[in-house]
Amino acid sequence: MSTISSTGAGPPFGAGLPAAPDLRKKARPLETVIRTILMVSAFLSVAITVGIIFALIRPVIDFFAEVPFGDFFATEGTHAVLPLVGGTLMTTVIALLVAVPLGLGAAMYLSEYASRRARRVLKPTVELLAGVPSVVYGFFALSFVTPTLLQDILSLEVGFTNALSAGLVLGVMVIPTVASLSEDALTAVPQSMRQGSMAMGANRMQTTLRVVLPAALSGVAAAVVLGMSRAVGETMIVTLASGNLKNLSADPREDMQTMTGFIATTAGGENAVGSTSYNELFAVGMLLFLLTLVINVISIALVRRFRQVY
Amino acid sequence: MSTHPATASTRPANSEGREISMMTGLHGDAEREVPDVPPDPVMEALKLNVFYGDFHAVHDVNLSFGKHEITALIGPSGCGKSTVLRCLNRMNDLVAGARVDGEVTYHGQNIYARKVDPIAVRTQIGMVFQKPNPFPKSIYDNIAYGPRVTGMKVDNMDDLVEEALQGAALWDEVKDKLKQSAYGLSGGQQQRLCIARTIATKPDVILMDEPCSALDPIATSRIEDLMLQMRDDYTIIIVTHNMQQAARVSDRTAFFTARPDETTGNRTGLLVEFDRTSNIFANPADKRTEDYISGRFG
Amino acid sequence: MSVATSTAREVTRTVSTGRSKDKSLGSLVFLGALWFSLFFGVMVLLVLIVDTAIEGSPRFDSALITEYGSRVRPESTGFRAGILGSLWLMVFTALFAVPLGIAAALYLEEFADGDRWWNRLIELNLQNLAAVPAIVYGLLAVAVMALMGFGRSGIVLGGAIALALLILPVIIITTREAVRSVPQEIRQGSLALGATVWQTTWRQTLPSAVPGIATGTILGLSRAIGEAAPLIVVGLAGSVRFDPTGVMSEITALPMMIYSLTSNSQEEFRTAASAAIIVLLIMILGLNALAIYIRNKFQKTW
Ligand SMILES: Nc1ncnc2c1ncn2[C@@H]1O[C@H](COP(=O)(O)OP(=O)(O)O)[C@@H](O)[C@H]1O
Ligand SMILES: [Mg+2]
Repeated sequence: MSTISSTGAGPPFGAGLPAAPDLRKKARPLETVIRTILMVSAFLSVAITVGIIFALIRPVIDFFAEVPFGDFFATEGTHAVLPLVGGTLMTTVIALLVAVPLGLGAAMYLSEYASRRARRVLKPTVELLAGVPSVVYGFFALSFVTPTLLQDILSLEVGFTNALSAGLVLGVMVIPTVASLSEDALTAVPQSMRQGSMAMGANRMQTTLRVVLPAALSGVAAAVVLGMSRAVGETMIVTLASGNLKNLSADPREDMQTMTGFIATTAGGENAVGSTSYNELFAVGMLLFLLTLVINVISIALVRRFRQVY
Repeated sequence: MSTHPATASTRPANSEGREISMMTGLHGDAEREVPDVPPDPVMEALKLNVFYGDFHAVHDVNLSFGKHEITALIGPSGCGKSTVLRCLNRMNDLVAGARVDGEVTYHGQNIYARKVDPIAVRTQIGMVFQKPNPFPKSIYDNIAYGPRVTGMKVDNMDDLVEEALQGAALWDEVKDKLKQSAYGLSGGQQQRLCIARTIATKPDVILMDEPCSALDPIATSRIEDLMLQMRDDYTIIIVTHNMQQAARVSDRTAFFTARPDETTGNRTGLLVEFDRTSNIFANPADKRTEDYISGRFG
Repeated sequence: MSVATSTAREVTRTVSTGRSKDKSLGSLVFLGALWFSLFFGVMVLLVLIVDTAIEGSPRFDSALITEYGSRVRPESTGFRAGILGSLWLMVFTALFAVPLGIAAALYLEEFADGDRWWNRLIELNLQNLAAVPAIVYGLLAVAVMALMGFGRSGIVLGGAIALALLILPVIIITTREAVRSVPQEIRQGSLALGATVWQTTWRQTLPSAVPGIATGTILGLSRAIGEAAPLIVVGLAGSVRFDPTGVMSEITALPMMIYSLTSNSQEEFRTAASAAIIVLLIMILGLNALAIYIRNKFQKTW
């Protein structure tokens, strides 16, 4: 006690204040200016979306002034877009056939089996796959998957480029997207549900498949949908490995150009600004943007629903 | 422990189960004259109501805080003590969805009036929090932060830092390591640093929200001693769920409780009794106060 | 405390009894499948790197990074223009995207009232932007460039705008996470001393969030440096043979050069492309290592 009172015996401090201090609002111009700058920056993100639509709409209008709607949404013809949609659909489906089971499997292992320490090492390892540039994946599809895996090992009759090879590699690229988001969803399922299941005598596999997975379903669905968005929008793999042929076909061994592949190939070539093929680029781009927008909104809605539950 | 032998030996570490009046006596405050009503009140709350969204958290609180007195707000957890305290320096403005009705006056001015600047309010009415929250900076910079951001005119910052640390009874312990991180201090020292930090901006009123609940008994008693010293210079309002603490340090006590709403079942906090601390503990007027004081939770 | 330990013990017991039942064949097959899923990706990555490295090994020479691309001497074609171009693009991308992204994130975390509809709209919009295909940002950059009167020209400015737009959502999202991890108590302590919201943000929140922001930014840049699709659309060519000199300078980028070489069937070019891929992967790995280093070295644990 003595130490305290001796140290505290300083001069009176804070005493003698005016009876009615001034509490009136002060102008803080710096504060206002900074706040405005920050707000404008945040609103810019909305401007980007609006900007995308505006950037695309002019050439699209010009395009449809020259090419009838029916010629664009057609299965055949120079301006037909449906073969491109078909190509995108084919590579996306193949990709999801690879990425969903593998991504979900990895997620289930990470959330239900791995120790906390193992997860800290393994999760970034899986995510490494997302860090590989897509042009590298495209090169890999051409230099390894098609010649070595498909032609030599599986003895498939495929050409230098084909939808199958592109789709498979695309799937590998999408694995981390599916795995990472699914893992978040599975981990968010309350521990009490697992305990309840195990207390009733279920083993880990049964608990994972019958209790945890259904409980996390909308979160896992969001992961799959976001993976789909990635596959639809990915460009370099399909540009390099899926071929440059507009081809509406159900045979994955054939060449199939996708929407993104078309944009990259056309943009890479010589097209005068304002020419029909230049405008077609934007028409396909608009379709791609709207398609992924719908997919993304579905994914966001699913995540929201999942968050509301837990 | 070894640095404060006096504290450790004169005051048993744990004071549970001892008579309240005795403990008040330990500080030699039994003789302190506490007037019937708060003397020239610095702050007053008038029909204060607080809402978090639709939830009515606090109902019709009227309080008055006497100059250079220590007022304790006690009551069961969730009865709105922190909520009331945060209203007193407009910290509730920062809670999304919080709405305040009624008046809080400071030297007669309603601090919720349109033309009042909440930042000016907070420089006059400082706050110390439950968990010590020093900034991730040096001890010196922690103290200097307030004067710097408020643009206080300071002749010599070193002197101000020393003065503030002296005022919080921390100077001797830290004077050789002012440039070291505040995170190297013990919990009790961190809390006194937070008090020093508040003192440095030369406030008039200091609000403390359970300032000792995260501290051990020795650190707690040092802060209690400090509060008694600071009473000469500041008006102090402290929230505590420790009744002995209220009895030991405060001149006046406000007892709150929470009453469930008949229709919604929401527990709305209200003020039950506000009196001199000696009265609240010796002969409470309200049955609910008596039950709470005597440990029968009401 | 005691409640926590007893719960923990109970969990351990449930888990261990669960494990004894996990010995059934079905369970083992299931576990094996999960293991396979986890390591499939790693195996692919390994094959990719080894295969590419072997194919590119004849070209691990200094000419690879010091020489410009050459059609006539494929055996000593180099990627100097692409490497320099990628570095330039990275710097300008960061210059555009980082201040803007941090500003937007600070507004959303520290100033915005999350209940307002427009702030919720920004939120939704950001989540969508993070998943918009990279190539669409190329189209947007073309439009922005056209507005500024440049049209489709493969210059530093266009490429950097495309990449900055691409990684802006990433930077905003990671900055928000970093800012959010700074404890509320620090803000309250500062505000209670009479600091303004901006003073609190600038002097307390932001300094504490810097490691997280740096990590997120570097990861965003490592994504940008590997992108080719938006650059194709903006009009970058694979065949630039000079060093960049300014924002209006025509450039190429390493992924662009790799792309333009893969369509070439001449063996020497494929070898060079493989070697260039290894260079690109090393650059990306370096950035990731830097990000991890910053995170581990400077990240505060509260
Ligand atoms: N930020 C907040 N948002 C919503 N409700 C709150 C918030 N803070 C406190 N409350 C509610 O207000 C009531 C009073 O809380 P509080 O003032 O913290 O009580 P005390 O400090 O007496 O324990 C409680 O029911 C609490 O749940
Ligand atoms: Mg409280």
